[in-house]
Amino acid sequence: MNHPAIQIRDVHKHFGALHALRGVDLTIEQGEFFALLGPNGAGKSTLINILAGLIAPSAGNIAVMGFDVQQQYQQARQLLGVVPQELVFDPFFNVREMLRFQAGYFGLGRENDPWVDEVLEGLGLADKAHTNMRKLSGGMKRRALIAQALAHKPPVIVLDEPTAGVDVELRQMLWEFIKKLNRDGHTIILTTHYLEEAETLCSRVGMMKQGEIVALDSTANLLNKFAGKHLRLTLGDVHLPQEVQSMVRHVERGVYTFALTDMIQIEYVLSSLRAGGIKVIDMQLNEADLEDVFLSLVGNTAAEHKLASQL
Amino acid sequence: MMNDVKQSTAGNQVSSWRGPWTLLKKELLRFWRVSFQTVAAPVITALLYLLIFSHVLDKHVQVYDGVAYTEFLIPGLIMMSVLQNAFANSSSSLIQSKVMGNIVFVLLTPLTHLQFFLAFLIAAIIRGLVVGLCIYLVAMWFVDLTIASPWMLVAFGLLGSALLGTFGIIAGIWADRFDQMAAFQNFIIMPLSFLSGVFYSIHSLPPFWQKVSHLNPFFYMIDGFRYGFFGKGDVSPALSLLIVAASFLVLALITLKMLKSGYKLRS
Repeated sequence: MNHPAIQIRDVHKHFGALHALRGVDLTIEQGEFFALLGPNGAGKSTLINILAGLIAPSAGNIAVMGFDVQQQYQQARQLLGVVPQELVFDPFFNVREMLRFQAGYFGLGRENDPWVDEVLEGLGLADKAHTNMRKLSGGMKRRALIAQALAHKPPVIVLDEPTAGVDVELRQMLWEFIKKLNRDGHTIILTTHYLEEAETLCSRVGMMKQGEIVALDSTANLLNKFAGKHLRLTLGDVHLPQEVQSMVRHVERGVYTFALTDMIQIEYVLSSLRAGGIKVIDMQLNEADLEDVFLSLVGNTAAEHKLASQL
Repeated sequence: MMNDVKQSTAGNQVSSWRGPWTLLKKELLRFWRVSFQTVAAPVITALLYLLIFSHVLDKHVQVYDGVAYTEFLIPGLIMMSVLQNAFANSSSSLIQSKVMGNIVFVLLTPLTHLQFFLAFLIAAIIRGLVVGLCIYLVAMWFVDLTIASPWMLVAFGLLGSALLGTFGIIAGIWADRFDQMAAFQNFIIMPLSFLSGVFYSIHSLPPFWQKVSHLNPFFYMIDGFRYGFFGKGDVSPALSLLIVAASFLVLALITLKMLKSGYKLRS
């Protein structure tokens, strides 16, 4: 039981000329709630596909609770539940049949039925148990997809963009259920575009960019280290004094967001504005969120261009 | 391969035979749910061939002494349907799962490539034999056929459907789209089965085309199966059995190699 839930060692992946993963090292301990963030094309899904055994790495290896995903794939896959990103389903069967089949592939029989019921209940699928997969709405198909990954009660659960295009109700229901699984000892690994989800749920965050992990720390540390506080000033259409321009993180319709590393900087900004004859119409002080960390690390060229044109 | 006993977090012992058995059960249910299309349709097709060809040719063609043309035709039609449906089962199941994307649910499981192969293979054999048996039972209303050698029927029925089921797995893995699969059906399976001596004895062909027919593995399956009914055929049943068994072994090894390498499925 001392093995990490996931141990990724120097994993590379080439797709022809594209170097999709450039030596990823990552260890996720058992019981963690871990978020893997990164823009499209950063390599998150490639990494998960290698973990799931759907593609082979060009170099390096991954172990699930000590079992190599290639050499000991049977044990590794037994311990792993992966929710695929794409909304796929088998049109021949109803929800309960699919879940029984899925558990059956992992060697589980009727004794697993109470767990299947718990999953159906937890994901709000209980009244759809006898509905054919084809007849489910998009949101219900997404739930069924998640249920299928959980059918064999895997200790390590990977959710690849589970809430993409999902309504608020399901999102809350899903996270309540996943949090409960995490409390019960399941390791959860999540990729998401919704940074606020990662911020509220996950204890640790890894950020990927162009096939590499560029940041890896506890959510709290990342927030402290990179972002500090945010000062949002409504100023209207003004020309900012030179000395505070470098602190501007974001501009939108006359609202300027300044990134502060220290509270003393509030006074500095305000006095510069006063000296420049700029009136403050409104003022807000916010804690930074993962989005700021994300932007400062991964960079958002679109936002940077926009900022440059407005300054 | 199956010697390790795994422990799930549910605390239940995980049985290693239940995985492949579940996949087989799912594959059987898949065609049984649409049996109107997967069993009834090919039976009707075969009976239409029987009706038309026997009506046109029964009085004019005699292939073996003492065997009416309709009697000669039935075993060939049965075997042709067995082969085509065994192929259709594994190939269409795989191409559908690939196009729909739900093959991922099987790829994420601990099932080994051998277990995967066996589940699809056995489902294909059963579909082929079920269709063949239905045609036989219906044809018995019209013609009274005696069976000279039941073990030959069993051997060729099993090996033939296994061979085509395996070929269907290869086609299903290889094809990425439905039209590629249709090409497989129309340009390989149909010509080989129609030119295999279902409707004629190859002894009625010119020598050159007799030689060509000997290169067609379908010919040996049809001829051997027919031997099971009449106790005579165009070639020796032992030779046919050897060729069919060898072909099956070769294709099975190729399929296992493809599955083990993850060709097209895990790439």
